[in-house]
Amino acid sequence: MPEGSQGFLKRERLQDLFDLLVRFGFEPVGPRVQDGIIVYAPLSGPEDLPWGVRDLQDPGSYRIEPDLGERNFSWANGPQALKPFLFAPRDTLWESRRDISGPLSFSPLSPPNRRLAVIGVRSCDLAALSLQDRHFLKGPFPDPFYKARRQDLLLIAVDCSHPARTCFCASTGDGPEARSGFDLALGELDEGFLVRPGSDLGRTLLRELSLAPPAPGMEERLTAQTDHAASVQERHLPPGEFRHDLVSRPDHPHWAQIAARCLSCGNCTAVCPTCFCFSEREEPALDGHHSLHVREWDSCFTAGHSYLHPAPLREDTRVRYRQWLTHKLGTWHDQYGRSGCVGCGRCLTWCPVGIDFTDDLPRLLEDPDGG
Amino acid sequence: MEADPHLPRSAVIRERIQESPTVFTLRVQMEEGSPRPFRFSPGQFNMIGVFGVGEIPLSIVSDPLDVDFFDHTVRVLGRVTQAMSRLVPGDRLSVRGPFGNGWPMDEKRGRDIVLISGGLGCAPLVSVVNYVLRRRGDFGTLTVLHGVKNPGDLFWKDRFDRLNEGEGTRAFLTSDTGGPGWEGSVGPVTDLIPHLPLTPRTSAKICGPEPMMIATIKMLVERGIPEDELWISMERNMQCATGFCGHCQLGELFICQSGPVFRYSDMKTRLGIRGL
Repeated sequence: MPEGSQGFLKRERLQDLFDLLVRFGFEPVGPRVQDGIIVYAPLSGPEDLPWGVRDLQDPGSYRIEPDLGERNFSWANGPQALKPFLFAPRDTLWESRRDISGPLSFSPLSPPNRRLAVIGVRSCDLAALSLQDRHFLKGPFPDPFYKARRQDLLLIAVDCSHPARTCFCASTGDGPEARSGFDLALGELDEGFLVRPGSDLGRTLLRELSLAPPAPGMEERLTAQTDHAASVQERHLPPGEFRHDLVSRPDHPHWAQIAARCLSCGNCTAVCPTCFCFSEREEPALDGHHSLHVREWDSCFTAGHSYLHPAPLREDTRVRYRQWLTHKLGTWHDQYGRSGCVGCGRCLTWCPVGIDFTDDLPRLLEDPDGG
Repeated sequence: MEADPHLPRSAVIRERIQESPTVFTLRVQMEEGSPRPFRFSPGQFNMIGVFGVGEIPLSIVSDPLDVDFFDHTVRVLGRVTQAMSRLVPGDRLSVRGPFGNGWPMDEKRGRDIVLISGGLGCAPLVSVVNYVLRRRGDFGTLTVLHGVKNPGDLFWKDRFDRLNEGEGTRAFLTSDTGGPGWEGSVGPVTDLIPHLPLTPRTSAKICGPEPMMIATIKMLVERGIPEDELWISMERNMQCATGFCGHCQLGELFICQSGPVFRYSDMKTRLGIRGL
């Protein structure tokens, strides 16, 4: 097999991939069925992957059910993205110590030193990762926790073959094919995987696997499958540049209509792979001498998020939802050079009342004055 | 040595001054092991923490030339300021900072400075008063318009009085409600603007609640001050101060990174939108 080109990994040889990752010092993490959903969790081997499982997703609805096939990735993303592995839901940033007299002392804490290899990353989540990299690493003070976890992360992507009804990555330009940001990418066919490298480490791993070249027709079948995965997507963002219209009409009456349905629960921000807000607080020990400074995921849907004495600046659901969506699809462009939406559809699926902003957007973009 | 913005340092309280029943000033000194001197610009802020309680952003009100200490003036409003109000000289605080951009002072040398503050928002402007008084020859006239809700909310009266004794410095005080012994005007701070002496060299800095800033700016613009000579200090919830936590977002801006001080002409489209 020529250097840098694709190899073919038979499904029965998936164990070799796991063995190789372990031999290179990585802890394999990937999709597995747990409590009726597909989550990312530590994997001991290929047997932990989903086998013959598919998902049914709609706004406000998620189910998995047996599939007739033998594939491992014949489903779309579950609720988790890569976000929890890098920007953890909870981190203790430092410990403060106070003695009877003398200065306070502060010990920086660091994340556990894990070398994770994430198997099965979808292209939407790679795009989201690139956005979180920009947020946490490219500013004047790179985030030490994110940075430590990021530098030891190995990514094995999978081209999406079975988008959910909530997916719209083709419309945001972020999928379904994994194009960059991975070490290895897998294209799944019934008989196994086409494996291609995306980094030097990926090329090394691919060489170690010593794969046969793909059989004639395999690459064409993968391309057709990926094209199909794009063409079957039902949802899409409005065409053209709409962010200015979205941001410049804060009093559009349709915001109130969305707010009438929204529970302000924050599920959308928790499952969103690009949302980055967190809150910080102290957790003092009862001994009076120690205190932990903790950060936890926050959401712009909470009252506390915009609290400015004596009340939240964003006092109701209308302006909180507006903040979320205008940031995600509008001002994100100014901050990070592109939209904050990668089309993963999680905020639709995991919204308890099934708000589908791709359905609301055209209404938000209608001129409220009828012009 | 640059201070790590992600890790606090210990500071000791050297003095505590009760400015009014609910306002106090702490004079704070960094302790051994901290980068010295503590350098900052007027209008910048620190994240100040009380052990076991939490951190809040506080504007630095002392002068940058005083490198061995810095002052924070605090109104008791919430959990952290309550706890802070009980601290005494010798007690410790945690400090991260300074953060933010501060007022453009160097480029305003030779200008006539107008400061207008309302509500609780005068702390960021007090740093400017101190700065101009300390470098009196570098600036033209200094005029302060300061509005409070009730006469009892006024503090630093002696400082304002001293401005009226000095050459080229004036302070005009007003209260929304009058009362026995109140010598200033009665009414909103905007009532004072028609009488404000303006020159082609005037540069104005405004700090207070957004509606007050909007009304003030409208009148100043009508009186002919160019929009890019109006500067404002914005306030939002802040937790990390390093541009990550998302709480201080205003449109596409993180106030902790791009602010808290803005030229009005850069901020005008974002002012006065409820919940932005």
